[in-house]
Amino acid sequence: MTPMFSHIPADQRPTLEIFVDGQSVQARRGDTVAAALLASGLDVRRDSAVSGVPRLPYCMMGVCFECLVTINGVGNRQGCLIPVEPGMQVEIQRGKRELGK
Amino acid sequence: MSVLHSDSYDLVVVGAGPAGIAAAAAAAAAGASTLLLDENAGPGGQVWRGLTTTPLTNREMLGKDYWDGEAELGKLRASGAEVIHRATVWSIDPSLQVGVSHGGSSRIVQARKIVVATGAMERPFPIPGWTLPGVMTAGAAQTMLKSSGLVPSEPTVIAGQGPLFWLLAGQILRMGGRIDVMLDTTPKGQLAAALPKAFGFLTTPYFRKGLKMLAEVRSKVRIVKHVTRIEAHGEGQLDRVTWETAGGKRGEMASRLLLLHQGVVPNVNLAMSVGAAHDWDKQQLCWRPRLDEDGQSTVPGLYIAGDGAGIGGVGVALARGRVAAHAALTAMGRKAPASGLSAARAELAKANRGREFLDLLYKPAEQFRIPEGDTIVCRCEEVRARDILSAVEIGASGPNQLKAYLRTGMGPCQGRLCGLTVTELMAKARGTTPEQIGYYRLRAPVKPLMLSELADLPQEPAAVKAVVR
Amino acid sequence: MSRVHDVAVVGGGLLGAAIAWGLARLGQKVIVLDEGDVARRASRANFALVWVQGKGLGLPPYARWSVEASRQWPTLAEALREQTGLDVHYQRPGGFHICLSEAELDARRQLIEQMYAQGAPNDYGLEMVDRSELEKALPEIGPDVVGASYSPHDGHVNSLRTFRAFHAGLRDFGADYRASHDVDRIEPQPGGGFVLHTSGGRIEAAKVVLAAGNGNERLAPQVGLFAPMMPTRGQIIVTERVKPFLHYPLGTLRQTDEGTVMIGDSKEEILDDRETRVPVTTVMADRARRTFPLLNRLNVVRTWSGIRVMTRDGFPIYDQSASAPGAFVACCHSGVTLASMHALELAPRIRDGGLGGPPSSFSARRFADAPETLLNADAAV
Repeated sequence: MTPMFSHIPADQRPTLEIFVDGQSVQARRGDTVAAALLASGLDVRRDSAVSGVPRLPYCMMGVCFECLVTINGVGNRQGCLIPVEPGMQVEIQRGKRELGK
Repeated sequence: MSVLHSDSYDLVVVGAGPAGIAAAAAAAAAGASTLLLDENAGPGGQVWRGLTTTPLTNREMLGKDYWDGEAELGKLRASGAEVIHRATVWSIDPSLQVGVSHGGSSRIVQARKIVVATGAMERPFPIPGWTLPGVMTAGAAQTMLKSSGLVPSEPTVIAGQGPLFWLLAGQILRMGGRIDVMLDTTPKGQLAAALPKAFGFLTTPYFRKGLKMLAEVRSKVRIVKHVTRIEAHGEGQLDRVTWETAGGKRGEMASRLLLLHQGVVPNVNLAMSVGAAHDWDKQQLCWRPRLDEDGQSTVPGLYIAGDGAGIGGVGVALARGRVAAHAALTAMGRKAPASGLSAARAELAKANRGREFLDLLYKPAEQFRIPEGDTIVCRCEEVRARDILSAVEIGASGPNQLKAYLRTGMGPCQGRLCGLTVTELMAKARGTTPEQIGYYRLRAPVKPLMLSELADLPQEPAAVKAVVR
Repeated sequence: MSRVHDVAVVGGGLLGAAIAWGLARLGQKVIVLDEGDVARRASRANFALVWVQGKGLGLPPYARWSVEASRQWPTLAEALREQTGLDVHYQRPGGFHICLSEAELDARRQLIEQMYAQGAPNDYGLEMVDRSELEKALPEIGPDVVGASYSPHDGHVNSLRTFRAFHAGLRDFGADYRASHDVDRIEPQPGGGFVLHTSGGRIEAAKVVLAAGNGNERLAPQVGLFAPMMPTRGQIIVTERVKPFLHYPLGTLRQTDEGTVMIGDSKEEILDDRETRVPVTTVMADRARRTFPLLNRLNVVRTWSGIRVMTRDGFPIYDQSASAPGAFVACCHSGVTLASMHALELAPRIRDGGLGGPPSSFSARRFADAPETLLNADAAV
């Protein structure tokens, strides 16, 4: 799938590798997890906790909680507030969070 | 949280946008021990987002207004204020104790005075299909543009109104991004209604910039005016946007991305949770805190500055930040520079010019604020407009009773994305005013925090006695 | 005097709504007088347990009343579902009271012995459970858990949905619900009937039921009744939704049908429900994660405080006035647990005009400072 957003050519920041459901993704240093996911071209829709319908980030500024992801084993984190780090393990959430994750 | 140097400060400032930066810089420069807490990775808030890290290093791209932030940030750096990013303030109590989460643990910090500068958020835009993946706010697109150099690259519709609506379009186009159509929802005749208030606006720099921006966008993109209805369609993903105009013309566009914007409103959650009184602003159609002339709220020692005090833009935010800081210093009995408070007040008066014109021109239309039928109001709990109307029918008299019946506002966003809609929808359904209906009663934590962070805080004997029996 | 209403119920919370619903179901013309949106409303701030264990020490009929409430809950849940389509999610898997130290365990054991010593209801089934047995039901418990007490009658319900179902049902029965009708004064009329002066105007009714929670204390003497209250504040922590992991309610911790985890419960003398206090929630959070260490990383999305409706001795009060027959008072702490009894047992008696049977065990005459009028009220009950 082509991504909805693309980096402008002037963006020359170095890339770093993160993993999305185990798949390698090249993200740019300084991107938030949510931005990196939207630029990845992967299907990164999560399923909502209430009825399981698909959702993607909406506000990108920390208020809507639509960007919730599991990061390094911890669920329901706001992907739009957390910068990517090398080797980060990101999981797309399916419904409610699991206890212990 | 080892990064904090102290457990108590003269001034704690929440939010590192223009108002917070200005307040913290002014206070620290005058010698007050000052802590600035911000939940983002870097300073700037929304308007100067990515100021120190943006990949858009060509200064033409984001323009002078953006880079003006550097000077203010420079003052902050020189002031000696302690600045902590990725720090979430989840609680403030009336004795001005601040609960702050950073790096997975929490601390309680005592402040003598507090400036809340939590800024604005975009007004909810509850149209049919607005929860579909691919529907985002215009502000979200601007955030990605500033901090990550990301622009829309697939068929894109922008819908709404207000200065940011045009500014964003101009920025996306300048950077080679894609916009297929712009749906302007400014109601017919609203310009005429606003013109009597235009004098103040015509004398501001915004006026000239605004005209240039409009001309640039209009020459490049198809614009549909007086749009009265917008729907997002798709199965689990946006694939089409349809609309209708005041003249009854219908249109549609295959689209992967729909960006919505109908102005910004104060982000009131933190201030309300402390117990600061808020009033309904009939002009801006939102809650705004009840403040004295220096920005002090009804909670003694708690000041509110920036767009969280009522929408005013960057210039007003900077001035309000400085006014609040100088007033707080004076109230603490510190010898602030004699001219500080009066200069800041003069700056504020000047910055306020022109606002009334913009408020009138860009007052969002009722059908985009008060949805009906199956349109989702509460995104977190997936509550629809018709559910709310039936709860009103069985007697729900306000947002708090509604919450009990339907769970509106009980999800992780804590009512931020549905609160205004719920108030206005209930007011309409009950034939009364938003101030009569009121708002959710908000309490800490205003942002989710891990149970362990709460559990790890020191235990007081009285509290143990209240629980262990 | 023309009387459109058979009964005016003062208070639209869970207790008032349950009684009103029970009356309306029997064909009574009911008007419910309630406060506005911001009110001290235990119906919106409760722990949603249908709880039996440990209740009634010092007043054996209360233990029986609670067991019976638990037995009647399925009937109530089914009636509400049938009428409104709302599933209030009543479940009775049995419940545990967790002990985190030997001292807590001893205290619990003692309480149970006393319950049996005073004469427990038939099939009471309350017992102590040691750690190894507890692990079978609750495999996630932490090392600090030393044991628990268990009652087969304990369960929980979605109390907010129950609240909504009562109100939806009331509307369906044609009852008149009036928000923002705070009752200031009640005047018994010569020859029977009552006039209620409210912030929303004057209301007349043949009977009046005081179901105003702690507000009953002020209203009761106006109609010759007595309701000594001793409210306390409680705080609750609520987490985000998680997949089901906890299949039994605990006295201070439960997972709701929506997936959130609720953590209780504190008791303070402060009666301001607008603020929450971090130090108290800290202790609650600490006990919760000692019970289930896996809760540590869950996000807390809300905390709130509520004012408990509590009579001075903790037991329910039900009375009819001797000086103004037709005036009833009902107050109790456990508005959720006892909702079944209020809707199915108490309401029919109020319609019939007397509080005989089990409710007569809960007269305020038991208080040493009960007024003369109440003490001479045998005839009315």
